[in-house]
Amino acid sequence: MYKYDQYDQAMVDARVEEFRDQVRRRLDGSLAEEAFRPLRLMNGLYLQLHAYMLRVAVPYGTLNSVQMRALGDIADKYDRGYGHFTTRQNIQYNWIKLEEAPDLLADLAKVEMHAIQTSGNCIRNTTSDQFAGAAADEVIDPRPYAELIRQWSTFHPEFSFLPRKFKMAVIASSTDRAAMRLHDIGIEIVRNAAGEIGAAFYVGGGMGRTPMIAPCINAFVPIDQMITYSEACLRVYNRYGRRDNKYKARIKILVHELGKDEYTRQVEEEFAHLLTQGIEPPLAELERIQAHFADPAFETGLSDAIDRTDPDFALWVDRNTHPHKQPGYAIVSISLKPVGGIPGDASADQIRVMGDLALRYSFDELRVTHTQNIVLPHVKQADLYALWQVLQANDLAAANIDRIGDIIACPGLDYCTLANARSIPVAQKISERMAAKEQEIGELKLKISGCINACGHHHAGHIGILGVDRKGVENYQLLLGGCEGADTSLGQITGPGFDEDGIVGAVERATDFYLAQRADGERFLDTYRRIGMAPFKEAIYG
Amino acid sequence: MKILTGNDLKSGAVTWWDGTEWSLHVEDAVDVGEHADPVIAREQAARRVTGAYAIDAARDAQGIRPAHIKERIRALGPTVRPDLTLKPADPEAGNWVI
Repeated sequence: MYKYDQYDQAMVDARVEEFRDQVRRRLDGSLAEEAFRPLRLMNGLYLQLHAYMLRVAVPYGTLNSVQMRALGDIADKYDRGYGHFTTRQNIQYNWIKLEEAPDLLADLAKVEMHAIQTSGNCIRNTTSDQFAGAAADEVIDPRPYAELIRQWSTFHPEFSFLPRKFKMAVIASSTDRAAMRLHDIGIEIVRNAAGEIGAAFYVGGGMGRTPMIAPCINAFVPIDQMITYSEACLRVYNRYGRRDNKYKARIKILVHELGKDEYTRQVEEEFAHLLTQGIEPPLAELERIQAHFADPAFETGLSDAIDRTDPDFALWVDRNTHPHKQPGYAIVSISLKPVGGIPGDASADQIRVMGDLALRYSFDELRVTHTQNIVLPHVKQADLYALWQVLQANDLAAANIDRIGDIIACPGLDYCTLANARSIPVAQKISERMAAKEQEIGELKLKISGCINACGHHHAGHIGILGVDRKGVENYQLLLGGCEGADTSLGQITGPGFDEDGIVGAVERATDFYLAQRADGERFLDTYRRIGMAPFKEAIYG
Repeated sequence: MKILTGNDLKSGAVTWWDGTEWSLHVEDAVDVGEHADPVIAREQAARRVTGAYAIDAARDAQGIRPAHIKERIRALGPTVRPDLTLKPADPEAGNWVI
């Protein structure tokens, strides 16, 4: 994985000292809150419901064991012994003290990490496929391109004060595991008929109060022009994106209002101009980055056979491992969704254990997924049983990836100032209620947001739940039919909302109806798409 | 009644105005009536609190209860982590929020 060079480290170290001085001036009264607030946000420090919250960037979700262990130690040293992995492949700490934040950032910098651009109207952490570099189905490893975007976008002076926040995702396989088309810019690295590598640009997607699926505006940008094309997309947005209304300020609104064709025309015009400016990083820089992502020293000649006599282990293998490009290896997903647990939360001890497991079994690599789980990308099949035993001993062996218990949930009203309703208790109740039927139901992605900002991706859930405030009382809307994959679709609201217990019953009625209606091999989403909303609505509301 | 809440500048902890200083406990809050603004201005300028604002609340048999669920969660702590609330020994404390 990528290692900082002297420039990366110097920039991050300088930023820590700059923030240390800003905090000092805030505490001694030299800076008022109005002046300080944008400065702390630029360093990922929010003031949330109970305390300051720090969002730490995990570039394209990739970590090594030293970094993971440091995240666990930070949870103990500066927080209350746990962290929360997010849908942006980051980690958040909920109980940070302002006076200790500079020391925390200094500890992060020691392991090549930071919280820069995890807030504010700038280009946020670029996300990617959690199976990158390991998946059997990818065209090429997308992480060097994500890293190139990270370097281009970090402290980019032109794009530090965009109309609104800006999220990018990069994938390199036709199986979209990163919700790519629900980003401001989604890039799919592709190979054309001539065997050349290029980037397909999808622009103007997003969730929030106005969910939109990004259209493809250019199916093949030569890969050595990817940054230039990105710059053109951003420049048109920065020029014409609305700044008078924050609810209409995202690029999806601009693309929608201009129309895809006109937006694309303007981007192409800007792109043609930028090509004359020579802003693309030299090929040598990409090659320097790519060298950091060379395959680890896989053993060859290994068998994929494993002993499946332990039924609990066999179930976990079926649910939580995925095909690897190298024979004899598997990609392992560690579920952070035990029955009745808090989605995405992990204790300091669990975080350190996962770091240790990565060092021992996965060539020192981990990934954070946008589904709030952790991946060990390169595990020998022969090591799976030993790995699983350690996971079991640490309450990390839930066998439920992409099952109904593998719920995405935002922090909701238990932690977030923006939320209108609690998400986590609903996730916990559904997880407990549906546990016995989980394997029978099969693949079902359930996502919960505590407000319209949709951090819990409710629009993209096969079943989505949106918490709203009805005169001071929590209420939950139910959506069906969302999907974040290559066949991205947006969920539709079923009808009137429910209270906290009511929404759990509604989910159960929807899944029971699916079990009664499904044809052979159909997932919940397939059945919904085949028979439509009306019969589901009848089953849910009676 | 109107009560004042905010966050401690250094620690970020939720605090409530008790008429003299800022308390961690909502039951210490006092009714500020129509006088919220000058208290907020003075206390924020003194950097004893940040993000202060007035909220509606009512006094009942159990003490002072903020009108909105968001403020009740702020007053107690996350309902999903009783161990991290101000009443970790009382697993039923979350019922006060709902």
